[in-house]
Amino acid sequence: MAAPRSQNKIVRWIDHRLPVFTFMEHELNDYPTPRNLSYWWNFGSLAGIVLMIMIVTGIFLAMQYTPHVDYAFDSVERIMRDVNYGWLMRYLHMNGASFFFILVYIHLFRGLFYGSYKTPRELLWMLGVVILLLMMATAFMGYVLPWGQMSFWGATVITSLFSAIPVVGDPIVHWLWGGFAVDNPTLNRFYSLHYLLPFIIVAVVGLHLIALHQHGSGNPLGIDSKGPQDSIPFHPYYTVKDMFGLGVFLIIYAAFVFYMPNALGDPQNYIQANPLQTPAEIVPEWYFLPFYAMLRSVPDILFVPAKLAGVIAMFASIFVLFFLPWLDTSRVRSAHFRPVYKWVFWLLVIDCIVLGWVGAHRPEGFYVVVGRLGTLYYFFHFLILFPLIGWFERPLPLPTSIAAAVTPKGGGRLAGAARPMEKP
Amino acid sequence: MAETAQPRPMDAHIDDAASRRDFLLIAASTLTGIGAAITVWPLIDSMEPAKDTLALSSIEVDLAPVQLGQRLTVKWRGSPVFIDHRTPEEIKAAESVDVASLRDPQPDSARVKKAEWLIVRGVCTHLGCVPLGQKSTDPRGDYGGWFCPCHGSQYDTSGRIRLGPAPKNLEVPAYEFVSDGKVKIG
Repeated sequence: MAAPRSQNKIVRWIDHRLPVFTFMEHELNDYPTPRNLSYWWNFGSLAGIVLMIMIVTGIFLAMQYTPHVDYAFDSVERIMRDVNYGWLMRYLHMNGASFFFILVYIHLFRGLFYGSYKTPRELLWMLGVVILLLMMATAFMGYVLPWGQMSFWGATVITSLFSAIPVVGDPIVHWLWGGFAVDNPTLNRFYSLHYLLPFIIVAVVGLHLIALHQHGSGNPLGIDSKGPQDSIPFHPYYTVKDMFGLGVFLIIYAAFVFYMPNALGDPQNYIQANPLQTPAEIVPEWYFLPFYAMLRSVPDILFVPAKLAGVIAMFASIFVLFFLPWLDTSRVRSAHFRPVYKWVFWLLVIDCIVLGWVGAHRPEGFYVVVGRLGTLYYFFHFLILFPLIGWFERPLPLPTSIAAAVTPKGGGRLAGAARPMEKP
Repeated sequence: MAETAQPRPMDAHIDDAASRRDFLLIAASTLTGIGAAITVWPLIDSMEPAKDTLALSSIEVDLAPVQLGQRLTVKWRGSPVFIDHRTPEEIKAAESVDVASLRDPQPDSARVKKAEWLIVRGVCTHLGCVPLGQKSTDPRGDYGGWFCPCHGSQYDTSGRIRLGPAPKNLEVPAYEFVSDGKVKIG
C-alpha cells in the first residue's frame, strides 16, 4: 500500500514531499505480521515503552539532581521529600530500570526458545545484544548517581574490573576514575554518560526495528510466511494485543512503584557513600547477579589469574551471544519442533536463575561450588551443546504453512478475515 | 444497534447506528487520553518551586543599624529587597506628588507601613534588572529614588515609576514589623 488512504489535503501535501504518513501506514498499519504470534511477542514493544518512560522521568529527575559528591545524596533526598511528585518520578525511574531488565530478559529468552537469531535475522539479534550491553552500562552508571554506599562501592568494584587487564590495567582504571579513587570526577562523567547512553540506545533500537521490518517478526512455529493467508495487518490486530499486554504490565509496574518501591533495591543505598568503609554485604542490583556470580566463581586457570579469568568469563558471557547464529547448527527455528533443545533450553533458564541466587550470597563453601558449576554449564551450553544438538537432533516435521497449522481448515476460508478490519 | 440472527461479513457497513465497536473504541481512547494527561501532570508539577524553596520564603531583618537616609539591600527569594530609611524631606517629596498624574497611581501611604521605612523589591517592573540608587553615589534619576541602568526607568522616593518604559511601581512585598527594630519580609 504505497499512498496513504487519507483524504486530508494537508496530509497528502506533506506526504508528497516528506512521506512520513506513507511510512507510518506501511510500518505500523499494513505491516504484515504472522497471524499466530503469542503473548511472548509483546515484550519488545513493552521494553520500548519502558525505555521512553525511563527517558522522560530521567529528564525531569535531571532537572533536580546535583552531580557533586557533597550534594548528590542530599539532592536525591530532596527529590524524595521536597520536589512535587519527586518520589513518584524517582520510584518510576528506579523500578523502571528493574522492569526494563525483566522485559528484556524475557524478550531475550523468547528469542532463544524460538530461534529468533537464525538466518536471516542474525543482525537483528546482534543489535539486540548491543542494546543489552548499552543498557547494562547505563543502569550501572545510573545506580552510582544517588551516591549511596552501594553506588560508591559498586562503582569501585566494577571500574576495578579493568585493573585485571595485564600491564595497562591500573592506568586504565585511573583514567576511568579521573583520579586515584572513585570521586567527584567519576560521578560527573557517569552523570554525563548516563544522560547520553539512553539516546544511543534509542538509535540502536531504531536499527533493531529496521532490521526487524526487513524480514518481519518470527513466530512460534518458526516457519516463514508463505503468502497472505499466513499474515494479518499489524493494526488493529497487534496494536490491540500490545495495548492489552501494556495494561497488564502497567498494573504490575504500578504495584511495585506505589506499594513496594524499594523491594528491588538495596537499603544500603540509603546510607551516604563513605569511601572509608565498605558495607559488609555488597551485591549489585538483582539484574546483574548472574554475571556477578560468574565474576567471582572462576578460579586460577593455568597461567591466567583468577581475577582476570573472572572478568573474562563475565564479559564473555555476554559476548558469546553475538555468535549464537553460528553456534547453533540446527536450521529449525522453533524449539517446539526440536525435541532435545526444547528441554535443554530450560536448563539454561534454571542455570541463570541459580547463578543469580549464587550472586546474591557470600562466595563461601557451597556457593563457590555451585557458582563454578553454573558458570561452567553456561559456557558448555552455548559452546558445546548448541553446535552438538543441532547436529544429532532429529527435528519433528514442520507444518506446511502457518495457516495450515493454526486454523482448522488450513486457512482457506478464514483467510478472508486477514484483511484490515473495517468498521462493521 | 439491531441484532440480527443472520451472520454477516465482518466488513459489512451499518452507517446509521453507532456500533458496539465504536463505543469501545471511543471509550478506550478517551480513558487512555485522560490517563496520559493525568500522568503528565506530576512531571509538570515537579518543575514548580519545591517545598524547601517555599520554606525559605520569609526572612527577618534587623533595622537598628540602618542610619537615617541610608538604604539597605537584603536578598529575599533570590532577588534584592530595598529597605530605605527615608529622611523627612524624602517622605515629604513622596507624599506631595499629585497621585492622579502618576502612571501607576498610588499614594505614598498605601506603599509604607511606617513612613520612615520604605520596603520594596529591587526589581525593575520593566524587564527585571536591579535599579541603581542604593548607594548615595549611585545615579538616582530626576526623582531622587532609583534609576534602572538597563532601559532608563526612573523611580521616586516612594519607588513609584515616573519616567521610562517600566509599567508599574516597584513591588511592595508582604512584610510586618515584628518589633520596633525588626521587620519580617514574606
